[in-house]
Amino acid sequence: MLKEYRSITNIYGPLLIVEGVENVKYEELVEVEISEGILRNGRVLEVEGDKALVQIFEGTRGIDTEKSRVRFLGRGIQMYLSPDILGKVFTGLGKPRTESDRILPEKKLDINGSPINPFARDYPNEFIQTGISSIDGLNTLVRGQKLPVFTGAGLPHNKIAAQIARQSTVLGKKEEFSVVFIAIGITFEESEYFINDFRKTGALQRSVLVLNLADDPAIERIATPRVGLTCAEYLAFEKDMHVLVILTDMTNYCEALKEISAARKEVPGRRGYPGYMYTDLASIYERAGRIKGKKGSITQIPILTMPEDDKTHPVPDLTGYITEGQIILSRSLHKKKISPPIDALPSLSRLKDKGIGKNKTREDHADLFNQLYAAYARGKEVQELAVILGEAALTDTDKLYYKFAEDFEVQYVSQGDYENRSIDYTLDLGWKLLSIFPREELKRISDEFLVKYLPDLISEDAAQTT
Amino acid sequence: MENLGRIIKVSGPLVVAENMTGSKMYDVVFVSENMLMGEIIEISHDRASIQVYEETGGVGVGEPVYRTDMPLTAELGPGLIQSIYDGIQRPLDIIYSRAGDFITRGIMVPALSREKKWVFNSLVKVNEHVEYGDFLGYVDETTLIKHYIMVPEGVSGEIIEIYQGEFTVEETIAKIKTSSNIIDIKMLQKWPVRKHRPYFKKINSDIPLLTGYRVIDTFFPIAKGGTACIPGPFGSGKTVLQQQFARWIDANVIVYIGCGERGNEMTDVLMEFPELKDPKSGEPLMKRTVLIANTSNMPVAAREASVYTGITIAEYFRDMGYSVALMADSTSRWAEAMREISGRLEEMPGDEGYPAYLGARLASFYERAGIVKCLSKKQDITGALTIIGAVSPPGGDLSDPVVQATLRVAKVFWSLEANLAYSRHFPAISWLNSYSLYNDAVKEYFDKNIHEDFFSQKSEAMTLLEREAELEEIVRLVGIESLSGAERIILLAARMIREDFLQQNAYHEFDKYTIIEKQYIMLKIIIHFYKQAIEYLNIGVDINKIEKMQIKEAIARMKNMDDKNMDKIKSINDKIDIEFEELRTKEEI
Repeated sequence: MLKEYRSITNIYGPLLIVEGVENVKYEELVEVEISEGILRNGRVLEVEGDKALVQIFEGTRGIDTEKSRVRFLGRGIQMYLSPDILGKVFTGLGKPRTESDRILPEKKLDINGSPINPFARDYPNEFIQTGISSIDGLNTLVRGQKLPVFTGAGLPHNKIAAQIARQSTVLGKKEEFSVVFIAIGITFEESEYFINDFRKTGALQRSVLVLNLADDPAIERIATPRVGLTCAEYLAFEKDMHVLVILTDMTNYCEALKEISAARKEVPGRRGYPGYMYTDLASIYERAGRIKGKKGSITQIPILTMPEDDKTHPVPDLTGYITEGQIILSRSLHKKKISPPIDALPSLSRLKDKGIGKNKTREDHADLFNQLYAAYARGKEVQELAVILGEAALTDTDKLYYKFAEDFEVQYVSQGDYENRSIDYTLDLGWKLLSIFPREELKRISDEFLVKYLPDLISEDAAQTT
Repeated sequence: MENLGRIIKVSGPLVVAENMTGSKMYDVVFVSENMLMGEIIEISHDRASIQVYEETGGVGVGEPVYRTDMPLTAELGPGLIQSIYDGIQRPLDIIYSRAGDFITRGIMVPALSREKKWVFNSLVKVNEHVEYGDFLGYVDETTLIKHYIMVPEGVSGEIIEIYQGEFTVEETIAKIKTSSNIIDIKMLQKWPVRKHRPYFKKINSDIPLLTGYRVIDTFFPIAKGGTACIPGPFGSGKTVLQQQFARWIDANVIVYIGCGERGNEMTDVLMEFPELKDPKSGEPLMKRTVLIANTSNMPVAAREASVYTGITIAEYFRDMGYSVALMADSTSRWAEAMREISGRLEEMPGDEGYPAYLGARLASFYERAGIVKCLSKKQDITGALTIIGAVSPPGGDLSDPVVQATLRVAKVFWSLEANLAYSRHFPAISWLNSYSLYNDAVKEYFDKNIHEDFFSQKSEAMTLLEREAELEEIVRLVGIESLSGAERIILLAARMIREDFLQQNAYHEFDKYTIIEKQYIMLKIIIHFYKQAIEYLNIGVDINKIEKMQIKEAIARMKNMDDKNMDKIKSINDKIDIEFEELRTKEEI
């Protein structure tokens, strides 16, 4: 029989202090019974002497200092797991959302997990074809990577994430990705968009949904990503599945972190976010990857909203320091009706070099990428120049770059929501766009590939031989 | 046990215990029955605040604290090279074989294998007088590193026995008779990580530490025993740069500290280094490398310790007379760990919540670098320890307290800039904002070993780049037509310096590493082109023709040429002259 305390002394914000407690452990799970059968969950944030500081996930409304009873459960928050979790929906605390989501557990795991030993990691190097040119060609995603989407309010990030979930395949392999979808404080509509999309494509059967919606308790969001990632680790490392984890929206997670920090009156770091936010975010993002000798993998696509589209805001900034690159959406491209509005220049995939090239995508991929990128960067510069000086002032070469940047956005970046492009198509499209340049402008591509792949040269060669 | 402490508070990685009278600052303790390692960082009456190096979930009030009365030490001896440690020097490969894929708590594994036998070769004879720091013998630890065994601190006297043959690190290899007693010497020695290892004296450093990066070696060189700081926003290439240094830098031993960074990056190093060959010896790079990995999801307090563990190991190899290079990626994470602990101690915060002693800690860390005359009076040896620290300022903002505190002590500043990275200019080191305070010190070396016009040539190139920046402003406002021919040639030459000299592809077979002789020739060719262009412009050759010259392509490709073929590279110089002559004759001037 667990000991019950009726000694709550202070309640403020999401926190309460219980006095006179014994044997309470840091990070322990707490149950508060407000009245018969009504329970709230919390965890211990700090113990000092006989006092425990408890953070309540579902909010402190209704808790009082007289009647509410507190029980310390002697363990951390655990997730009940079995292969049946696929197709089920859970709350942000990992409880079944409806009666039909109940499972017969085979295993219980602490949601905090343990850090993967760096020595046990296997390097992510398997190319994932998402069917989106600006990702496959320029910001290649590999299995086991964590690649966030930095977006702004009103941009179509959900469409992109759904498209990635729908189209992702590993070339030459039949295995499909299982999806763990983690909703952190997003609206019902947004969440419904994903669920409908999964349902339509049949992906729902191989998905786990962990939902904390906008009207669910804010503090619960601290636990939500950890619940989802515990499911992902179970599926990947114990059930040999390839798991794609979509976390949206990480900015809401950070807001919850800020709320607790403020309630604890901690010294804030930048813009009111706690100083330990980097470490805290790392404990989520670093739960992606591959492990030596294990078949499965965890690939993470966190989505986060940049307040005021500001990349230097602490949430995107700290995320960028932890994740292996970022895909940035641009409002100006969105206005130009480029869809998906992926801004190729500041986007980056740090692991792309390991995932592209011969036997993975194609031998010319790296050179082609460099040339496309450099040409687009120059094209954007020229466009800016043209705004000041007028197009007439551009040199002939600059005019080519101007046109290239336009074509690149319209043909290469822009594609339909349901258009699934093969990597060969994407690469050939790149070559086609580059063919407007004279050969000496294509400095970044080796001669061998120019001869082999540049459309004009190929036809010239053909003309000569006949 | 009366000597047991008792926990009275747990707050994240900070634990407070009472009944701790008699313990000293920075003593190591073990917390709770799980034996979680920690270090005392504050004492008040009989209470001690402890930073714990492992997750404290499940620890509660009333649990015991075990004392060791010893500071945090590093184990030093054969077996360090090729190891991968966590922040408190636990070998991650052994932990993996014992505990599996995930790091579990409370595991205790010695840093150096107690079973492995090493062949010890003695260097001293019986009756010889030896003192602290003298070499007793050596172990061929890897084909690249002769691991010298030194007389430990506080011991001096006569050798009464010295052995030869196979020993484990805990077996006696020599006996020394001191004035008071006889001491058994073992290969395993311990050193408290927060204390500098002593040396005879520091000397000024005037030899450049070559990295193979043209922008660094030619424009912003670092001296052996120097300190450098690489700040930059995410995605600007800090880690690629650090890893390239670890691969190609001209040092005997590399200590690479992955401090609070990505797990996959450490995996990359771990998988690649055994494959990559040292350019000089042809041996795998791993054979000169010690790795310390405390990734961002591993406990935060151990991150604080990892930097000290790393530098102690580095100093140990320095004392053997090696040139050691230490890469710390990233010191910002180290500073954040300090901030977190300081916050939990409820200390009064300084800038951005960092503790007031941030600057002092950073300074005393960087000050552990230098070229030193080692302690031993018998052997006249010098060792060098170079520190290269990456800094990750929030939003790339250089006013960040960690950047500012680092800049006060580090003598080289390689400023990585996001806009360079966006335009695929790698390494994204800004040529306008970076500096090296070693330029004067290493001048003599370059004059003597490369060419006496090395420095004048490089300042000429720098002037061109500065002029370019000014002219770019004008072009942006009024267009390129407003520039004179000479000014357009400056733009042309500066673009060559940027694209064909400063830019370097870390993944290209020949471009990834450029020997200093080739760097000199490359820059010489570009400057020669510039001078010829100005000369021929002055006698009336059309600027548009000069801008379209064929030779530009040869210049652009010279960085991808094998440095074994230096004559072929040099021949570009003559080809420049030939093409200018052709232009002149065609225009009939």
